[in-house]
Amino acid sequence: MSPVPVLAGQPPVAAPQAAAGWVRAGPVDAVGLEARAAALASRSLKRATKVAVLELAVRCMDLTTLEGSDTPGKVAQLCAKAARPDASDPSVPPVAAVCVYPQLVPVAVAALAGTGVKVASVAGTFPAGLGPSAARVEEVRFAVEQGADEIDIVLDRSSFLSGRYARAFDAIAECKDAAGRAHLKVILETGELGSYDQVRRASALAMAAGADFIKTSTGKVTPAATLPVALCMAEAIREHHAATGRAVGLKVAGGVRTAKQAWQYLVVVAETLDGGWAAPALFRIGASSLLNDVLLQLRKERTGAYASPDDVADA
Amino acid sequence: MPELPFPLEYAPAREATDIVQLAASYGLFIGGAFVAARSGESFMTVNPATEEPLASVAAAGDDDVDAAVGAARAAFPAWSALPARQRSKLLYRVARLLQDRAREFAVLETLDGGKPIKESRDVDVPLAAAHFFYYAGWADKLDYAFPGRQVRPLGVAAQVIPWNFPLLMAAWKLAPALATGNTVVLKPAETTPLSALLLADVLAEADLPPGVVNIVTGGPSTGAALVRHPGVDKVAFTGSTDVGKEIRRAVAGTGKALTLELGGKAANIVFEDAALDQAVEGVVNGIYFNQGHVCCAGSRLLVQEAVADAVIDKLKARLATLRVGDPLDKNTDLGAINSRAQLDKITSLVDAGVEEGATVYQPPCALPPRGYWFPPTVLTGVHPSHRVAQEEIFGPVLSVLTFRTPAEAVAKANNTRYGLSAGVWTEKASKVLWMSSRLRAGVVWANTYNRFDPASPFGGFKESGFGREGGVHGLAPYVRNA
Repeated sequence: MSPVPVLAGQPPVAAPQAAAGWVRAGPVDAVGLEARAAALASRSLKRATKVAVLELAVRCMDLTTLEGSDTPGKVAQLCAKAARPDASDPSVPPVAAVCVYPQLVPVAVAALAGTGVKVASVAGTFPAGLGPSAARVEEVRFAVEQGADEIDIVLDRSSFLSGRYARAFDAIAECKDAAGRAHLKVILETGELGSYDQVRRASALAMAAGADFIKTSTGKVTPAATLPVALCMAEAIREHHAATGRAVGLKVAGGVRTAKQAWQYLVVVAETLDGGWAAPALFRIGASSLLNDVLLQLRKERTGAYASPDDVADA
Repeated sequence: MPELPFPLEYAPAREATDIVQLAASYGLFIGGAFVAARSGESFMTVNPATEEPLASVAAAGDDDVDAAVGAARAAFPAWSALPARQRSKLLYRVARLLQDRAREFAVLETLDGGKPIKESRDVDVPLAAAHFFYYAGWADKLDYAFPGRQVRPLGVAAQVIPWNFPLLMAAWKLAPALATGNTVVLKPAETTPLSALLLADVLAEADLPPGVVNIVTGGPSTGAALVRHPGVDKVAFTGSTDVGKEIRRAVAGTGKALTLELGGKAANIVFEDAALDQAVEGVVNGIYFNQGHVCCAGSRLLVQEAVADAVIDKLKARLATLRVGDPLDKNTDLGAINSRAQLDKITSLVDAGVEEGATVYQPPCALPPRGYWFPPTVLTGVHPSHRVAQEEIFGPVLSVLTFRTPAEAVAKANNTRYGLSAGVWTEKASKVLWMSSRLRAGVVWANTYNRFDPASPFGGFKESGFGREGGVHGLAPYVRNA
């Protein structure tokens, strides 16, 4: 494993180091970051832009259920919704992925065969990530064997917050190896990191360790995704891309419930990163209740009238 | 499925203008009513985004100015003798009415001045109301503002204001003058008279006694007649340094009190240990806010050499996302240049910069076919001896210089005839303090820029003028010992 190159205030590094994943994780000014996020949130989306952005939000959505009470029936129901979100309107595209626990991956794989919807699985002793090292890696391998296309693991906050960066780095890198061709998303659990400086540093660490996506939250901790946190992570992704040429994706998860929130995140991505990021390959929204609000807004744009929440089926 | 265009093309989100009822022509506001100008002269004010005329406005001549000063003189004894609590109440009322009619003021300000609606809506109008609220609070507490002193108002204040923040500058000037018991003759700028005239409507609605505030519109000759009028006790001017010098010569030896808030060529200083992404945002806000028509604009970026390339790259990338165009669109970041004359001035200074060897960067952006426009511009390779490093451009043009040490940053920042403001970007608090005690500027912002608050004094060093506006300091220029 390469040592971890993420000390705050480090000057930008020369190209050879950058190629090895050494990227500056400079400080973040909280006031300025939040002001910029608020400015982006006030963008006014109308008509064609609104429809295009809402449809994109559907295509970027990871429909998620992560409960101890999840059953094959519940997951199958979610998969049906994922493949065809609005039964009354076939023009609404399927979502990007369904996200479940490892044991339920085969159910999702079977239900989603041929739909183009990916199967994502949490792993690595989600949501704390504090299981035995071997167990974390084994869980990743198991989920991939069961057919998961994407693996969502968590950052080892215990190591990260105690300054044992190499350990946190290695934990990710081991999972990356175990994931093989499956896409690896690393959840930073930003609600536990305490500052934007730390979010930026954790982002740099996860990307250097091999994350294909960095993700805000497990959904088990409050606060989960916020607009300034997403902006902070997008800036880290931009920096990583500028230094290494590698495009890492961004996933926001937890607390995204309304269509307006979804489009605000898309505005942040579109105005912070280059346009290529506004696509399912590089942007995801993890959510459970968001989809129906987006569907209601899309219907309103199409018909001019607001529908009742009961007009769209629950997942 | 429709493809999403990137960079994100927002569909037009235009603020409706029907809330503003423009008259075909406007007279002068004297003695509590709109009256026709005795001069018989008038001029058109145009929308700089379309070049379409908005309304005809009276051009006050000497007689008109005399009438306005006379009305202010006549109103002074009663107004200054009014119980302070009463003056306070009236100022609170003005503030509330401004809030009530905020959208109307915002749309009008954007129509007449060309600034983006999001700025007039989120900055100009709320801050104008905040200034009235703030000084309403002081009106009956002057004993606390000047402990140990018995103060009284000066008399009639002649206030001449610029076109970059028409309503906000009117509020900056009027609120402290009225709170301390002065009466006023206000002259708005020639290219942006309309929001002051709408403010007259609010003052009347608030039942401010007739003659306490009089508003005379016109060009430079109107302003000259006003500041030279013998019935004036105090002159307050915000505008260019050249005109400020003229005014100072005109009032010399007359006994009139004077405050001047003039030009600037502020340095925004970015250290290598700054939060660079936020620093770039601050630099953008510092120079492109209000198309750079800001006296305290951060028009010189001083960036530490170690991060100069990184900062310039980030800046260029950010510029590409700035949206230039229809000021009434809620997603517009950069509106129209205020006037043809200002556009010509910006163009000629940028040309001079190129001749002197600077490199121009402008992001690709389509400018509307009509109206006055200038794209966001960065000049690199600028040296302190260049005109674009010394002269105030008052447009969306940033000159980039580099430095190696904090001492060099201070030397370069102070090497200007102006001294209005500066910005320091570093995560190290001790460096902020070290810098701010050495920078000769009225305002030093740390890790932010262009932040305004009625409680915070604002004003310059050197050729940026003298006197302070805002805060308890802003009361002092309007009183003398009883």
